[in-house]
Amino acid sequence: MTQAVLEGNRLALARLLTQVENNSPESRVALTELFPYTGRSHLIGVTGAPGTGKSSLVNQLALYYRKNHDRKVAIIAVDPSSPFTGGAVLGDRVRMRDLSGDSGVFIRSMASRGSLGGISQTTAAIAQVFDAAGYEIIIIETVGAGQSEVDIARLAHTTLVVEAPGLGDDIQAIKAGILEIADVLVINKADHPGVENTERALRTTLELAHPTTRVFRHHGQAMTVAAPVTDSKLWIPPINRTVATEGKGITELAVSIAKHAEHLRQSGDWTARDRARLGSEMEALLQETLMARFFESIRQEKYEEVMEKVLNRDLSPYEAVKSLLNGRETGKEKS
Amino acid sequence: MTEKKIRVLVAKPGLDGHDRGAKVVARALRDAGMEVIYTGLRQTPEMIAEAALQEDVDVVGLSILSGAHMALAPRILELLKANGQDKVRVFIGGIIPDEDMPRLKEMGIAGIYGPGASTEDIIKDVREAVK
Repeated sequence: MTQAVLEGNRLALARLLTQVENNSPESRVALTELFPYTGRSHLIGVTGAPGTGKSSLVNQLALYYRKNHDRKVAIIAVDPSSPFTGGAVLGDRVRMRDLSGDSGVFIRSMASRGSLGGISQTTAAIAQVFDAAGYEIIIIETVGAGQSEVDIARLAHTTLVVEAPGLGDDIQAIKAGILEIADVLVINKADHPGVENTERALRTTLELAHPTTRVFRHHGQAMTVAAPVTDSKLWIPPINRTVATEGKGITELAVSIAKHAEHLRQSGDWTARDRARLGSEMEALLQETLMARFFESIRQEKYEEVMEKVLNRDLSPYEAVKSLLNGRETGKEKS
Repeated sequence: MTEKKIRVLVAKPGLDGHDRGAKVVARALRDAGMEVIYTGLRQTPEMIAEAALQEDVDVVGLSILSGAHMALAPRILELLKANGQDKVRVFIGGIIPDEDMPRLKEMGIAGIYGPGASTEDIIKDVREAVK
């Protein structure tokens, strides 16, 4: 299967993506085989509130990269799973019909499958498969995100936060969370009224976060203090206005994205982000493996017994975990 | 987390613009725990086959009210097969005259549903088909 994926077989790729999404044992073998071929793509995350036009924007960006740079583009579009039935309606393709019929584009819809961070647990692995399969640009569209679905920033090299006029005042803009993860801010639907207010609110927030020069009033005289030299390495998120449905502002947006990639490479942040991403991936695996090993080593009755004590308030969860681990650790260490 | 989800592509080939039925079915399948990829109106058979491939679906549901089913259905089946997806089961909903049903079934359409069909039947049949 791996060989076919590397050779560009789209059916093999699609099937492997399903395996990866289902976290099958075969997929782990394939991911291991593909891993040496990864690390070449530019991962672009697109997040923002529902209805800001993320899908339309992704559609336009993909078109741009196809037409102007002839890059192979993969799109991972994540939509929410129902917390009650586990089912999902994935509707992002509706806005991406322009990309149909182009063999240099591969769109894959994913359900979030219970994950709360705006992407699914396997999204990173899916991106790795596309990376190995030679897709140079990978655009990841998150679930319509509220204020704290920030997992995408850990995954993507460049994160676009999409806003639209009329969605909130300047207090929304200074809250922690989604705006902080933006590498590029996009005001989509820029032909709608209120775009000036939105841009002003965002700009104010950015200036609070990234002061470049500071102006002091000192005894009536204005004194300008330049920011420390190291600040020149600081990336200040540009604000781009777009009208995705008409394709306006897309070239400028692509320029901002390219500049950010350049900045990442020059400042060494590209490697830092890779390290952070692979690090958190390893941590997650470690957690999973240790948990599995723990449950293998412990008798079910023992676990139930402790659980019962917690339920009766005889033990706190802290004490329960301590007693479970102690029971195990002493046994293991001696052996 | 590791269980296999049934993935369904719901598509409207051809030129009629009535997607209420497709949306009702999409939602019913969602509520039955399936992952439904909805592609919207006016899809060509090529677009549908391509989406089915990229999404690696188990089932394709076509909504056709235009009367063009005898042209669209065989073309879609043919393209799916050409892509190596001959295991994908195809269902049709919409306005299909009784006399066309046997021929569609013969071509390999797994189920046909007209007005008044119950979503429970559709869910049951889809689950059966992918077993």
